[in-house]
Amino acid sequence: MPKIIKGSQVVDDSWVIIPKDFSGELPRAKVLLPMQYWLDNKEALNLQCAGLWIDSDEDVDAVGLEANQFPLIAVNFPTFVDGRGFSIGRLLKERYEFNGQLRAIGNAIRDQLFYLKRCGFDSFDLKDGIDLDAAAASLNDFSVTYQSSADQPEPLFRRS
Amino acid sequence: MYVYNENDQKIIEERVTQFRSQTDRYLAGELAEDEFLPLRLQNGLYIQRLAPMLRIAVPYGLLNSKQFRKLAHIARTYDKGYCHITTRQNIQFNWPQLEEVPDILGELAEVQMHAVQTSGNCIRNTTTDQFAGVAQDEHEDPRPWCEIIRQWSTFHPEFAFLPRKFKIAVCGTQGDRAAIQVHDIGLQIVKNDDGEVGFKVLVGGGLGRTPVIGSVIREFLPKEHLLTYLDAILRVYNRHGNRANKYKARIKILVRAWTPEVFAHEVESEWDYIKDTPSILTDEEINRVKGFFTAPDYQSLDDGEADIELKQRSDENIAFGKWLQRNITAHRVPGYAAVTLSLKPTGVAPGDVTDVQLDVIADLADQYSYGEIRATHNQNLVLADVKKSDLFELWQKAKAGGFATPNIGTLTDMICCPGGDFCSLANAKSIPIAEALQRKFDDMDYVYDLGDLSLNISGCMNACGHHHVGNIGILGVDKKGDEFYQVQLGGSSDSDATLGNVLGPSFGRDEMPEVIEKILDIYVENRNGDELFIDTYRRIGLTPFKESVYAKDH
Ligand code: SF4
Repeated sequence: MPKIIKGSQVVDDSWVIIPKDFSGELPRAKVLLPMQYWLDNKEALNLQCAGLWIDSDEDVDAVGLEANQFPLIAVNFPTFVDGRGFSIGRLLKERYEFNGQLRAIGNAIRDQLFYLKRCGFDSFDLKDGIDLDAAAASLNDFSVTYQSSADQPEPLFRRS
Repeated sequence: MYVYNENDQKIIEERVTQFRSQTDRYLAGELAEDEFLPLRLQNGLYIQRLAPMLRIAVPYGLLNSKQFRKLAHIARTYDKGYCHITTRQNIQFNWPQLEEVPDILGELAEVQMHAVQTSGNCIRNTTTDQFAGVAQDEHEDPRPWCEIIRQWSTFHPEFAFLPRKFKIAVCGTQGDRAAIQVHDIGLQIVKNDDGEVGFKVLVGGGLGRTPVIGSVIREFLPKEHLLTYLDAILRVYNRHGNRANKYKARIKILVRAWTPEVFAHEVESEWDYIKDTPSILTDEEINRVKGFFTAPDYQSLDDGEADIELKQRSDENIAFGKWLQRNITAHRVPGYAAVTLSLKPTGVAPGDVTDVQLDVIADLADQYSYGEIRATHNQNLVLADVKKSDLFELWQKAKAGGFATPNIGTLTDMICCPGGDFCSLANAKSIPIAEALQRKFDDMDYVYDLGDLSLNISGCMNACGHHHVGNIGILGVDKKGDEFYQVQLGGSSDSDATLGNVLGPSFGRDEMPEVIEKILDIYVENRNGDELFIDTYRRIGLTPFKESVYAKDH
């Protein structure tokens, strides 16, 4: 079974990412639906086993406060230098009060884990072939931060 | 100046550890080249033509003597005995070994320095007026605000992978010495009708391939909202900036595509959501940071007496008089002056300074200027708090050290990027042009007669040498593999910022001194009284210059 980092642990994962151009019948599995697919088929869908994935160029505001119907939302990083996903994560957590699992998928790299965590991500599906145990150490690259963010609403100057 | 507390120190030390691990993983083949690239860039490390280049952050250009001695040590130990002051008030080393960079960063951390975000597509070093805090025309010292921005932007989790680099400048004066109109964000400290302090906010200025003067998107931002407003601007840019084409990725392109009005509207709507969050600044925090930038304990001195003595000295010693005239800036405290040490003597790459000079300057700073030194975007150094009665002594020592060339603000005080001698992006060399011009115009009386005149040279479109805003701008271009130079006239980075106009077809390197001479001749022939070059240009326009330079020889 594929492995991911969840929290700070390496765990098995069974979510299936449904591609954007999908049509036909959904597999009987825990599926991550493409955002647009969900928007188009909202009424007809039975959401019991579904999460959502949002691509970096998609407008998270279209999901908005409906985010919380999903146990898991994934944000795609088509390349690791595409930083839009960081804003998407924060918006989901801070503006749309999403309290499910927030996952980075695609090509995010180990050296971004700390930033991702601060933007509200709590699970990380890194590229195949990465030593996930070693990578998880990067979640703690820093012990002090200046800004407020999804995991710490108070900026340093307000923390005592 | 700002002194790190244990939190600041910890962040910098953890950064050294993080970067050491990244470098080790890269050298061990565990981190791919294309993944290491943005990581090392965010730590100021380029791989250049000949060797790596390491750019050290100098937040808003401010340094102390201890840091200077450390830089001297690094120049001696890890480099070839010199470093380079950049047009963003930072410092570059041109010859470090990749393997040794983590050690260099470790050494820097000992003196509260680092290379964080000096390159890459992230928020870069915030710059300001080199005379901040001592300028006579200042409403408020911009440095505490720069420090507040530094902390906010350091490892900002949301904005480390922007579409493109992002530069912020702050000024606290009416006249602008920080070129805020050509930055991604320019902030001018202003007061509203009720006397409250805030910021005028400009966005979308910039040089590079598509030079643009920034647009005001907010006339008055109350000071406590600074960070939330910056967050809003950056978030709009991070979400909507162009990521497909790096030449269209700067915020200026987005602002222009949307129009400044629409961009401002987007920012304001974003800001509505976040303005009342805990990131709103507290008076306590503002005052804490301001507490690091209080005035040193100036003596109360008699300005008149000091001036009489200086007058006498300069009558006796013409060279000293010239230095006083060009390299000294008025200070807001009677009996004091700000001194600019010129890093533009003929024959040295503009902005280069040796380890020995760094040590000497550190000593001078300790002895004459409360141990502080400032790097300027014109690639010089400033001792900001010198007693007028010490100026003569200081001048003698500076002269012996090789940094008392009395040319500040003149033709030979050129801004010049490293260009093709070092930079792998260059189309052409820039340092040899600067040197050829300095040699051609070595008659100081002629140079003084020309008066204030900025000549800026960039080796390519990236415009690190700010050629668009030089009164005379020179741009290296590539013509079928050969190095050519395009000339622009009429640029200015003052409060009435303008971008230069291209004179015409480009020239070969050997032609450049003569071309510049012809341009200067036209100015001298046409000026009214002591009219400055830029004013004559604005009055008579490009044509007379063009006609003279491109006239067919008889
Ligand atoms: S202007 Fe071009 S050549 Fe000069 S330093 Fe910048 S990138 Fe290099």
